[in-house]
Order: sequence, then structure tokens, then C-alpha cells
Amino acid sequence: MKKTSWIVFLLFFATIAHAQGKFYSKTAAVSFNATTPLEDIEAQTGTGTIVFDAQTGKLESTVLIKAFQFKRALMQEHFNENYLESSKYPKATFKGAITNLADVNFKKDGAYKVKVKGTMELHGVKKDMTSDGTLTVAGKNVKVNSDFIVKCADYDIKIPSVVSDKIAKEVKVKVSGDLQPLVGK
Amino acid sequence: MKKHLFTLLTIFFNLFLLNAQDDDLLSLVGEDQPTTEYATAAFKTNRVINGHSIENTAAGVLDVKIAHRFSPISEGFYDIFGLDGATIRIGVDYGITDRLMVGIGRNSFEKIYDGFAKYKILRQSTGKVNMPITLSYLADFQITTLRNTDPDRQLSFSDRLYYTHQLLLGRKFSENFSAQLMPTLVHRNLVPTPQDNNDVIAIGFAARQKVSKRLALTAEYYYVLPNQISDDFTNSLSVGFDVETGGHVFQFHFSNSQYMTYKGFITETTDKWFNRNGTDNILSGIRFGFNIARVFTIVKPKAFE
Repeated sequence: MKKTSWIVFLLFFATIAHAQGKFYSKTAAVSFNATTPLEDIEAQTGTGTIVFDAQTGKLESTVLIKAFQFKRALMQEHFNENYLESSKYPKATFKGAITNLADVNFKKDGAYKVKVKGTMELHGVKKDMTSDGTLTVAGKNVKVNSDFIVKCADYDIKIPSVVSDKIAKEVKVKVSGDLQPLVGK
Repeated sequence: MKKHLFTLLTIFFNLFLLNAQDDDLLSLVGEDQPTTEYATAAFKTNRVINGHSIENTAAGVLDVKIAHRFSPISEGFYDIFGLDGATIRIGVDYGITDRLMVGIGRNSFEKIYDGFAKYKILRQSTGKVNMPITLSYLADFQITTLRNTDPDRQLSFSDRLYYTHQLLLGRKFSENFSAQLMPTLVHRNLVPTPQDNNDVIAIGFAARQKVSKRLALTAEYYYVLPNQISDDFTNSLSVGFDVETGGHVFQFHFSNSQYMTYKGFITETTDKWFNRNGTDNILSGIRFGFNIARVFTIVKPKAFE
């Protein structure tokens, strides 16, 4: 009997131990900008999900394409209907890791420059990518920020020649999230 | 033995946990809350050809409409296939909310002013709310403002009024194909002949088939239930194609109707598409026409203020 309790305790402890050091946000801000001199194209959402494992450095993030809000309703319709085909490919997902995790001291508050490497899936196309970002340790929470460029051609997003001057071929993307410790999940 | 079993179990359990977590961090935070996904862009714009589609102008968006209908193509080269006989409708639509829109317009033909309000009662969606169809209600009025040339008759203001009530029941069946059914009531205070009813019930059918991302074929037919209008009048059939160029939608079409108002194309269309036994040749009454729609965002969504 005693042994059983001990083992149960161990099992329980194991679970806790594994959940430690993970952070998440479901309200990460994701925005992008494909503005050209001819057309203002920007969109944003506050519904991105980011999960980060501080022990391994693994970082994963996802966002619903339909969640992006544009200034102009018609642009939003075209974005979903013609460019990202969101009914076929509803999500954009990144799975990767921070490669210089050793540079981050989670015990000390401050902003650390990090490098992220992984695979992004967008519009049904998976592609490896790297990006620079900032990881900020603030008490119990962790903030992550990253700006990177997405080339439409890399993800098979076709821009017809009629509007090719109006839409940037390299889209600036910004991701930022205020991550809380992931407990009891 | 028991001890070993427990140790093994612990190891397995831990391994399982490790694996489960390493596979997918995102699954740790659980699936996203189920959301309702509304079907969008069943039609390129809020009109099919002459009549309305189940689409609405988005909230805060002004949709400027310029439309032309021409004389029959059979007029030939002298009339440059009907282009000389142009009538025009200029109008604006505005989305008050994503479900409620209003619009006004002025037609050169019979100098008609028209106005409408359209409300989406049901919206086709999947996810949290599963709704197979979109249902809209349209209320439309038309006022003819031609001078009275009949000295024997006094025309009061009410004699110039026409009303239309329409339900639009539609579904986007796939990315490319959408169809809708439109039970319609047209009320006329003054009718052209004694054989005409004041209230005319018609059922409309319309469909859209996308050919490419920016090109779609459209068709629209209004069937007037029998014994309501004089035999001089026939049902309106229009076929066309929509071209989308970013901010504009161009709708080109062929129709046996020269009207852009409900009372006109439902109850007063005179030319038949296929008039084999009549004096006119087949297709002699077919006219070319087009609508141009251009949208302007007047009120930006809150996130961008």
C-alpha cells in the first residue's frame, strides 16, 4: 500500500515536472502588411496561439486565417477567397524552436535576442524558415516578439498580373504574445 | 514482481507523457473554441443581374452602382446593336451593419426613383452554428416621375408608387456554385391593362457558377405565376458573366428585359427570348446590358480607428 502511494506520488510529480517551464498565450497579436505605393494592405488579429517550452526551446504558434481583420471588407473577402483560400486552408501554423536557448536566463528579467528556426505551414505549403526575435522575461511571464518576411511565391499564393503592382510580393509579418505559465493542462 | 510492474508502468507512463508533449505543444492548450464560420461571397456582388442576390454590402461600405440597359441587339449596325438606345440607373447602396443594407437609385427609363432595405435573417454557416441556407428579406419601392401626358386622367402620387417584397433563400453549395430562390410580391397601385392584377406573385431562380477566381457565369429567371398579368407580358430571363477586378465588379449580360426595377422586369417585360411563332425572329428582343459596382469603405472597422 505504501509503495502504491509512493508510485502514485511519483507519477503525479512526473506530470507536474513535465508541465513546468511551458508558457502559452491564446491572444497573441499577429499582423501583416503588404502595402505598396498604390494600395494600403494591412490586417491584424488578436487571436493567435503561441506555446513555448522553456526547457527544450520548442515554440509553436497557430492562427486562423479567417480571423484576420482588414480595413476594407472587400479586401478581407478577396484575401480569404482568392489568395489564402481559407476554406481549404483554414490555419497558418509555425512549429520550431529557439536555437540559442542558452543565451536566455529565465531567472533574470530582461529582453534577450533569440533566433527561431522551424517550419511554417501556410496556404497548404510547408516551408522551413528562420527568424530573429526578442524574448522578454518578466517575472513569471514571458513575452515573445518576432518580425519576419513571407514571400507570397514561397507559399504558392498567386497574385494576378492585373493587381501585381498593388500587392507587395514580400509581406511583413509581426507576431507578439504575452505568455503565461501553462499550469494544470 | 509487483514492484517491477509498477516501475515498468511508471517508465511507460513517463515515456508516454514525454512523447505526447513532444509531438505537439499546441495540443496542450486545447483546441480553439468552436467558432461560427459564415459562408462568404456566394455571389460577387449584392445583385445577380436585375434583381438582388443573397449578398449584402458590408458594414460601413458604400457601393456605387452604374448600370446600363440597351435596345435589342437585332437593331443591327445602324443602332450599333442597340447601344444607341441606352438607359441608365445610377445608385448607391450602403451597409449599415453586416446584415442590414439600404440603397437608392434613379432610372432614366420612366424616370423612376427606387429605394430598398435588405436584411439577412439567416446566414449560412458551419461550426458552432450550423445553418444550411441564407435567408434575406428585401423591401423595395419605386416611384415613376414621368409627366402625365393623358389629359383625360388625373394621376395622384399614390398612382406612381410600386412596392416589392422579396424573400431570398440561397446557398453557397461549393466554392464555385451558388443558387437562390426568390419568392416575390410586386404591388402596383396603377396597372397598365384591366387584365393585370395589382398584386403579382413571382418566383425567381438565380445561380452563379465560378469559372475562375475572378470570372463567374450568372443566370436569373423570374417566373410569374399564371393569370396575373396581361398576355402582352412575359417572364424575364437574363444570363451574364461577372468580372471582378479588385475594387470593381463588372456584370455583363443579355436579357429580354430592359428594366432595372422590380415592377419593370417582373411585370412589364415584353420581348420573348424564343419567339419562333411570332412575327419577330428568334432572339430578336435580346438586349445587352451591364452593371458596374465600385465599393468605398466609409467607416473602417473598430480595430483600425
